[in-house]
Order: sequence, then structure tokens, then C-alpha cells
Amino acid sequence: MDNQKNHIEELSYIRSMMEQSSRFISLSGLSGVGAGVVALLGAVAIYVYLGTTPFSGRKWYYVESYPYEKWGMGPEFFFLLVAGTVLVLATTIGLFFSLRKARKAHQKLVTKSSIRLFSNFMIPLVSGGIFCLMLWRLGYFGIIAPSMLIFYGLALINGSKYTLDDIRYLGMVELFLGLLATWFIGHGLLFWAIGFGVMHIVYGLRMYFKYDR
Amino acid sequence: MKDIINKLNKIFDSRMRLGIMSVLVVNDWVEFKTLKENLDASDGNLASHIKALEKHEYIEVRKMFVGRKPQTSYRVTKIGKKAFKEHLDALEKLLNNR
Repeated sequence: MDNQKNHIEELSYIRSMMEQSSRFISLSGLSGVGAGVVALLGAVAIYVYLGTTPFSGRKWYYVESYPYEKWGMGPEFFFLLVAGTVLVLATTIGLFFSLRKARKAHQKLVTKSSIRLFSNFMIPLVSGGIFCLMLWRLGYFGIIAPSMLIFYGLALINGSKYTLDDIRYLGMVELFLGLLATWFIGHGLLFWAIGFGVMHIVYGLRMYFKYDR
Repeated sequence: MKDIINKLNKIFDSRMRLGIMSVLVVNDWVEFKTLKENLDASDGNLASHIKALEKHEYIEVRKMFVGRKPQTSYRVTKIGKKAFKEHLDALEKLLNNR
């Protein structure tokens, strides 16, 4: 029946308009892959700096190896340098691919929904960032990587209402990894590499094949 | 069957009006410009459909100045929300009734 087809089409049009106007869907899977690769490189840099590997089974490597210096830098400075570089590079790559996707779909990157996504994402994230700096100041280094994962997971879950559902599940995974890392304390860097590196790549690829192609 | 078809709202016969309603029911106060981008419509076309929906009090208008620029935003009214929901229910029933 022709009418039937019309009604189905009508409903799917309504649905797509609702989604498009309330959610930010230009998030690119490649953004995730890029951020994941950068995070993994960051983790590798730290492992190389400390002269260890994830497979050596060493715990508390950053305590064991203290005081320490390599390439003319102490661990504190080097860790901050790597973390800052990863943050800047991952954000830049993420923005680049999402901007490209938005442009292809003739959509703007700055919309009401992307602003809502951004602000809801940033609230837990900035709190987590400040919290981690406090931990750093107080010398609780072991708990920093797990905290980063936990707050990042919460940020993703909070922002996911305004974007693709996959982000919610990625958030759950990061949260779970963070809690697990709190239990297996001392292996923070390994969990950090899995959460920010491997999971970003896995989810990025999944989203890329699901939406971008 | 005929009963249900009668329940389909004639005012929502046009795709543009359906689009306007869809955007407005999930957002609070949407600017004309944003609507236009979302629906990929021309100024005149969009304005005439908005006027029709306004006439039935399905949507309300707010005009204000942001700096020196006038800004027109729209929001769905209670009547509009109800009418839209009934239209969707009727559509759904039609599809389940084959």
C-alpha cells in the first residue's frame, strides 16, 4: 500500500529531525582512533622513559625509580609534559575529524546540541582534572590514573545524552576500568593505556564503520 | 480504519510542518535560523508554515533583541504538543493495523 509506505517514511522523517536537532551527531569515529593512538604513544613514551614494559609485571615503578632522571628531566616534569602533549594532540585530532565530518554533512560544529554536549562533558572532566592535580600535590600518585579513568567515564556518560549512544557505553567501560585500576593499584599506567589508548581505538573504529562510511 | 485516518491531523499534512514540530518538541525555544538549517528550508517557505502553525496556536513566538539584532524564537505550546502526540499515535495505529 502506497499510503503505508508514506506513513513509515513520515515517522522516520520525524525521528531523524528530532535526533538531528537535539543531538550532536558529527562526532567522528576517526577522532576516537586518533586520540587513542596519541594516548598509546604517550604511554609508550612513559614506559621507555622508565625503562620498563607493561609485561615486566613491575608495580609502583614510579616509586621504585624515584629519584630518577633521564633525558635531563625528572619524572614529575616528564609525566606532566607527556600528559599535556597527549591532551592537546588528542583534542586537536578529535576536532579535526569531527569538523571534517560536519562539513561533509553540511552541518555546523557549533550548534546548540554541541554546546550542550560540551558543557555536560566538561563539568565532570574539569572537576576530575582539578581533583587529580590535588592528588598530585598531596603525593598520591598511584591513584591519579584510576581517577582520570573514573572521571573521564563519568564525563562521557554525562555528555552522552546529547550525542551518539555509543559514547555512553564507552563511558561505562572507562568507569569500570578506573574502578578496576583502583583495586589493582600500582598498575595505573597499564589501565590508563588500555582505557585512553586501546578503548578509544576500538570504539572509534566501531563508530567509524557504523556511522561514517 | 476510517476512524483512525480521520484522527490524522490535516494541519500536519505538510512535511515542513511535521519537521518544525519534530524539532520544537525536543528543544526549548529554537531560533528561526536554527530551524532553517535543520529543515533545509527557504526563508519564505518556512515562514509561511510557521504562520500556519502559529494560527492554530500550536507554537508560540518570542521576539527579542540580542545586541542590536532582532532574534525570533519558537516554542511548541501545550495544545501543539498534544496535537502532535495524537498525530503520532494515529500514525502508529495505522501501521499496526495492516
